[in-house]
Amino acid sequence: MEQKDLFKELGEIRLLMEKSSKFVSISGLSGVLIGCYALLGTLFGYYTIAIPDTAINRFASGLAIPTLFLIVAILILTLSLLTGWLMARKKAKKNKQSIWNITSKSLLFAVSIPLITGGVLALVLLSQGYYHLIAGILLIFYGLALAAGSIYTFTEVKWLGILEICLGLMAVCLPDHGLMLWGLGFGVLHIIYGFIVYKKYES
Amino acid sequence: MKLDLSLYDKIFENRVRLQIMSVLAVNEEYDFNSFKEVLEVTDGNLASNLKTLEKEEYIVVEKSFVDRKSNTKYKRTTKGLKAFENHLIALENLIKQQYK
Repeated sequence: MEQKDLFKELGEIRLLMEKSSKFVSISGLSGVLIGCYALLGTLFGYYTIAIPDTAINRFASGLAIPTLFLIVAILILTLSLLTGWLMARKKAKKNKQSIWNITSKSLLFAVSIPLITGGVLALVLLSQGYYHLIAGILLIFYGLALAAGSIYTFTEVKWLGILEICLGLMAVCLPDHGLMLWGLGFGVLHIIYGFIVYKKYES
Repeated sequence: MKLDLSLYDKIFENRVRLQIMSVLAVNEEYDFNSFKEVLEVTDGNLASNLKTLEKEEYIVVEKSFVDRKSNTKYKRTTKGLKAFENHLIALENLIKQQYK
């Protein structure tokens, strides 16, 4: 065997190990979009708190602010999941990868444990009136989910997770700035991350 | 210097078999369809090479059913992983040899 062939062979083994164990069809642009949804949600939150007598509040009169926030949060979550899934499907098609394969299943499983735990905990805190902790808890558990899932996808996800956890801890310490930190974590960080992944892997 | 080829494994001279083992070295288990997707090979080619590795006891096969469809999973054995690592060392040594 020629030396060049040997190098090529070893290189291909390495690539295959990487390709077979990582789900790389997550779209960077979907990260940017999801960040924008979160920023809009944050603005809505500010608006509702700062100016209680707005059209939206009159429309939703009878709904307590926490309930209103919950509805908006669930709306953002649904929209984000849908965007992420649709754009990943498109990217997977382009990469000739299926979206439902062994790596995406592992990724989903790793992410869902911290995510569901955090979600349930946030609902419990909501029902007991610990509103000031919720923004931080959501950030922390989301960050943990990303860190757990990062072994099955881009390494950038690990750093996104760590940053989310830091913001979450800050939000728990400074509950007055919870909404701002939430917007920073789910909005600004997603946009920056999405842009980096798009630049690095997609353009 | 005489070249030591004792670590070189004839089983892995076949590209697909080497690729299968590379995948199983970093993944605890892998299923047939995922192999097909990542290696871009035909059913027959993949199946026959998986069979060879199974006969060598380099991999084990776990058959199960999900929604009445067969869902076959493959795992590496300790023997298989050792053989794969040795083969990589042999390839490395070959490169080093050619550098001298």
